[in-house]
Amino acid sequence: MTEAPLTAGPYTHSGSNVSRTMGLVMLALLPGTLFGLYQFGWPAVFLFAATVLAALLAEAFSLRIAGKPVKPFLFDGSAILTGWLLAMTLPPWAPWWIGVVGALLAIIVAKQVFGGIGQNLFNPAMVARVALLISFPLEMTLFTQPAPLFSNSAPGFLDSLAITFGQSPQVDAMSSATLLGHVKTELTQGVSVDAATASSYGFWSLTWGNAGGSMGETSAILLLLGGVYLIYKKIITWHIPVSMLATLAVVAGIFYFVDPSRYLDPLTHLMSGAAILGAFFIATDLVTSPISARGQLVFGAGIGLLVYMIRTWAGYPEGVAFAVMLMNACTPLIDHYLKPRIYGRDRKGEPLNYADEKESA
Amino acid sequence: MSSDIQAPALHRFHGGLHLPGHKTESTQQPPQNALLPRHVVLPLRQHIGEAAEPIVTVGSQVKKGQVIAQSVGYISSPVHASTSGAVVAIDDFRTPHPSGLATRCIVIEADGEDRWADHLPAPLADFTAEDAVTLRDKIRQAGIVGLGGAAFPTAIKLNPQTADQRGIHTLIVNGAECEPYITCDDMLMRRHAEEIISGIRIVQHILNPQRTLIGIEDNKPEAIQAMQQAVDKADLQTTQVIVVPTRYPTGGEKQLIKVLTNLEVPSHGLPADIGIVCQNVGTLLAIHNAIIEGIPLIERLVTVTGDAVAEPQNRYARIGTPFSELIQACGGYQGNVERLLMGGPMMGIAVVSDEVPIIKSTNCLLAATPASIPPPSDPLACIRCGECETVCPAQLLPQMLYWHAHAQDFEKVQDYNLFDCIECGCCAVVCPSHIPLVHYYRYAKTEIWQQEKKRQKADRARRRHEFHLERLERAAREKAQKLAAKKAALEKKKQAQAKAADHSSEDPKKAAIAAALARANAKKAARAKQPQSSDSQTTPAQEDSATESTNDS
Repeated sequence: MTEAPLTAGPYTHSGSNVSRTMGLVMLALLPGTLFGLYQFGWPAVFLFAATVLAALLAEAFSLRIAGKPVKPFLFDGSAILTGWLLAMTLPPWAPWWIGVVGALLAIIVAKQVFGGIGQNLFNPAMVARVALLISFPLEMTLFTQPAPLFSNSAPGFLDSLAITFGQSPQVDAMSSATLLGHVKTELTQGVSVDAATASSYGFWSLTWGNAGGSMGETSAILLLLGGVYLIYKKIITWHIPVSMLATLAVVAGIFYFVDPSRYLDPLTHLMSGAAILGAFFIATDLVTSPISARGQLVFGAGIGLLVYMIRTWAGYPEGVAFAVMLMNACTPLIDHYLKPRIYGRDRKGEPLNYADEKESA
Repeated sequence: MSSDIQAPALHRFHGGLHLPGHKTESTQQPPQNALLPRHVVLPLRQHIGEAAEPIVTVGSQVKKGQVIAQSVGYISSPVHASTSGAVVAIDDFRTPHPSGLATRCIVIEADGEDRWADHLPAPLADFTAEDAVTLRDKIRQAGIVGLGGAAFPTAIKLNPQTADQRGIHTLIVNGAECEPYITCDDMLMRRHAEEIISGIRIVQHILNPQRTLIGIEDNKPEAIQAMQQAVDKADLQTTQVIVVPTRYPTGGEKQLIKVLTNLEVPSHGLPADIGIVCQNVGTLLAIHNAIIEGIPLIERLVTVTGDAVAEPQNRYARIGTPFSELIQACGGYQGNVERLLMGGPMMGIAVVSDEVPIIKSTNCLLAATPASIPPPSDPLACIRCGECETVCPAQLLPQMLYWHAHAQDFEKVQDYNLFDCIECGCCAVVCPSHIPLVHYYRYAKTEIWQQEKKRQKADRARRRHEFHLERLERAAREKAQKLAAKKAALEKKKQAQAKAADHSSEDPKKAAIAAALARANAKKAARAKQPQSSDSQTTPAQEDSATESTNDS
């Protein structure tokens, strides 16, 4: 018999591990990502690579400084995933340093400063996105029309290098507002929603991904498939995505019903912007979302409501990042108040007393 | 079904796991009789509560079934010689305990004759003629403790104090056996269903419950059938065999109660608080043996299994048989033994040596190679994935418990109700970061108990000190009072003498009486002060020992 350390049981394990969890999330992200990279061509590929690489380097650097073992933490997949998700929320033709600065912010400021994996209060990718949006509003809102790889409109490999790593006039030429941005601009100028949407992308191009926007804003349907896969694999539960999307749809539906000329319809709300990506991949971040099912329902509903409010009444056309961060801040509070009822205790946490119940009954 | 009452609807407890059963390995052959060990090591504490007190000495000749250590206090259980021979040592030996520490044991060197003691309690032909007190006493004298693993003295469990107006309304017979690998209860039900039913009838006679529910997991079809047949044969009207879904930890008392009755044992309470008593099938068989056959608990069925055992099987074993001898009888080891566990892989405890004895609560020996029980991998940080919470049968927040236990914030960890944790291990099994969660919980619990003990000790010391000071003060006060009284008496005497001198011519007798009166008064005065010094109602020391014993119980 080996003198194994006298740890308490159990002496068996289901075989799950963190890398597998992260790997499955990446697998679920893959179809939507590949499609996005295809749609926006080489510049998107370069930006994606730069962001993920910077995230990995930042992670390794921080772990070394913190004196933690680099290898197990670096390859748990969390840093890659953070970089990946951040890249999904950037304008695909943004210059390389947007991705790199974002990755540094995400990993160092939003994650490692809090103590590394599992300790961060806010979703690192969303912290980085919000910081970038506020610091570099121009670069962060310059969206381009899709120009699929190998199509006539797509820039060549060298041109793409110039777009990502140098200066290129092509970006301006290809620029195009997102649907949400377009509608917002038009509304402020007194144009009705109908007229504004007529000249922009339709519902189906949003759903399939033939619309301008961030990489992760494109193919709603592929991201949705990925999300359903995650639920099927039990990496996430249905509570957050369903409550977030349902809230968004219901609130949008009410306002659309009241005045369709001023408010976008609920389906467009669901399929445009980062709603699907946010619902399945960002809001469900295990570290920054509440634990209990009831807590997750509240959390999701809060995000849905905030997304609608920001999109409709605030200065920004899209609000998933802000909404997620605001609700992240509420997570400890939600966890505190919405604890599950413990076996043998009532909802208030007092030991059960059947005798009292009978008396009151 | 012979019963007239409806089968109750089954309920669900939160969480739980479907684990690979590994049950068939050890059920291929019928259990064999106990081997006769060369020597037996009998720990004085094989149960929850006070250790038994030896009533034999080194050199005593003992016979099988003879009481060699008597129970001490209410929560305790006697120990019987499990074979005949000579007592060769009463000393500290290693026992299968999570700490790996040695405890006091009686070692008997077997004489190989295995002779029964002469004065065993007579078997009862008709237990229904006896009252509950007598039966409980016989169960207690037979050294029976819960054989499902907790080893709580059974006689106490059969003397429940219930807050329920209906009294004990439900007897639950636990045949769930949800731990992987373990099959001893399964085998007992297959082969001794009628004796178990006999044990149930004895307990029914003691408790007089309105219904009896025998819960068996659906992965034991033979046991279910055997028990059903035995119930039918005995024609028990209020007893039902209920097949429950296989899901770990259904065999936990609290979980089985939830599944069968939808009632929950209140936190910090006992099943009896809600009118339920739960007994394991092995315990019921032991009760039958004690009452009907007159045989004390000196032997039990043990599952010897795992891929590092050559011939996995169930085997009877005398209490006190070394693990090594039992495993040898099952073909010995094969392959690289990574772990030797007493109990199953979920709630069993690892032992570092096989030179420890089978005790009353040893239901399983599991010897495993790294292939089936790999060494623990390095824990990573918690990613708050919440898997632990979804499987927790107590519906706690295991990650928060871990968080605060890790931070040694023992107040916070109790806010998250650490003591409602049943240590089933589900959380640790599913943790993707491989954190040994149960280990943290045990650590926190032990620390809290330790702190509580220290606090009590400090309290006691403080009270003792205060009492000591008070006593000193009182002594000084009394001394002063006595002096004063003496002085006063002397003064009076002098005065009286002076008076007497004055009136000596008048009446010497009167003077003598006056003097005597004065003396008596002085004495009385002195005595009146006395009771204060001896008013020792209870000293703090006595008070402590009183509270201590109630705390322990």
